[in-house]
Amino acid sequence: MKKERIRILGYAGEFAENKDIAKSLRVERILPALARNQTVTIDFFGVSGTTQSFIHALISEPIRRYRDVALENLEYSHCSGSVREVIRTVYDYMQESLDDTNL
Amino acid sequence: MKAILSTSDYLRNSDRFIDGLDFSDPHSFTIYSNPKWLNVHPAILTLLAAMAMKVGKENVRFDNLTALSGSYLDRMGLFDFTTQPSPYRINKKEEVGRFIPITIIRNSTEQSRFITDMIPLLHLPAGETDAIKYTVGELIRNVLEHSGSKEGAIVAAQYYKKSNTIRIGICDSGIGIKRSLQKYWSTHAQTDLDAIKWALVPGISGTTAREGGTEDNAGAGLFFIKSIAYVARNYFMMYSGSGIYKLLLHDKRIENPRLHSNPDDDRHSERNDAPYFQGTLVAIDLSLESKSEFTSLLALIREVYGKAIRERKKKKYREPKFI
Repeated sequence: MKKERIRILGYAGEFAENKDIAKSLRVERILPALARNQTVTIDFFGVSGTTQSFIHALISEPIRRYRDVALENLEYSHCSGSVREVIRTVYDYMQESLDDTNL
Repeated sequence: MKAILSTSDYLRNSDRFIDGLDFSDPHSFTIYSNPKWLNVHPAILTLLAAMAMKVGKENVRFDNLTALSGSYLDRMGLFDFTTQPSPYRINKKEEVGRFIPITIIRNSTEQSRFITDMIPLLHLPAGETDAIKYTVGELIRNVLEHSGSKEGAIVAAQYYKKSNTIRIGICDSGIGIKRSLQKYWSTHAQTDLDAIKWALVPGISGTTAREGGTEDNAGAGLFFIKSIAYVARNYFMMYSGSGIYKLLLHDKRIENPRLHSNPDDDRHSERNDAPYFQGTLVAIDLSLESKSEFTSLLALIREVYGKAIRERKKKKYREPKFI
């Protein structure tokens, strides 16, 4: 199946902070692709940084809803160091909260 | 209402300015000032603008504004909030950059435009601006999402080349932090000060009682910003209602300061007897770091954030019943 590729630069600019945009990408692109068990590549080419709020709005619900399918099918390319750290932070606390709901 | 501007209204001395505030008369606002010299943090300007918007332009008056350095108030746009003409003649084309005048942001589109325009306005070197964009982005978003302010976020900033520091203020006249936490965290937000401190704890969002937050809010924004300020040895202050929490600088000799998830563990000053301000003011002095330092800082914050969430979760675990 063809990968779904989302180029953040074109939507959110070189510093990705607009949560409304993150939310619409989540609802319109990421969740439907995961529902089809499709791989989603989120491409941060040209994006120097982002906020935790943006990344949370982008991927927290997909991880909470699709769990292992999301963790397996979501991938990130061209991430700067700070973008990587923010994504790692969201992964850490989202997986902690998944553990919570598994109790 | 009244406010008194002095010769050194920095974050370090902010108590003096705050003690001089008087919100008792909601129909008029007089700004008194030192006749010889003024030095005002942008955060104070945003608070003055918020107060001026409450009473309306025609009810705002400057008293005895004679200091030459008072032209800074004009340059930063404070006279847009009064019908009183400015006594200063400034050439607005001079000194382009280095500051962002008082700006009102009402929605996320204006926020994104502001963040894009802000860096060239400040003439900052590329690659050293992620911490600023991060901080301003998260703070404005907090106002737009949680303050309930009809006027939006009031923002101003000033860059100081010598110390490579930017001073930022973001203010709103919304519901205040205490009320924004009442729905899910009322037991932790009994006073304004308690509410401010609880809002600084990682994973606490006014929109849910669930760890990890909702699909749109995680409750991490203020903790990140306090941590950015702490590691860089910068002042950070929050003022809401009668509460003030001010992060103080840690010892310069400590090379790797330890981040704390509990704001009580940070070196800080606090009070819950400030003149009651209906709204929230956040002020920060941010020294500019290189991109690699900001990335390392984010890694450090991630570590502490994860640990804090795990520890809080553990507190909820049930103990075995040994009989």
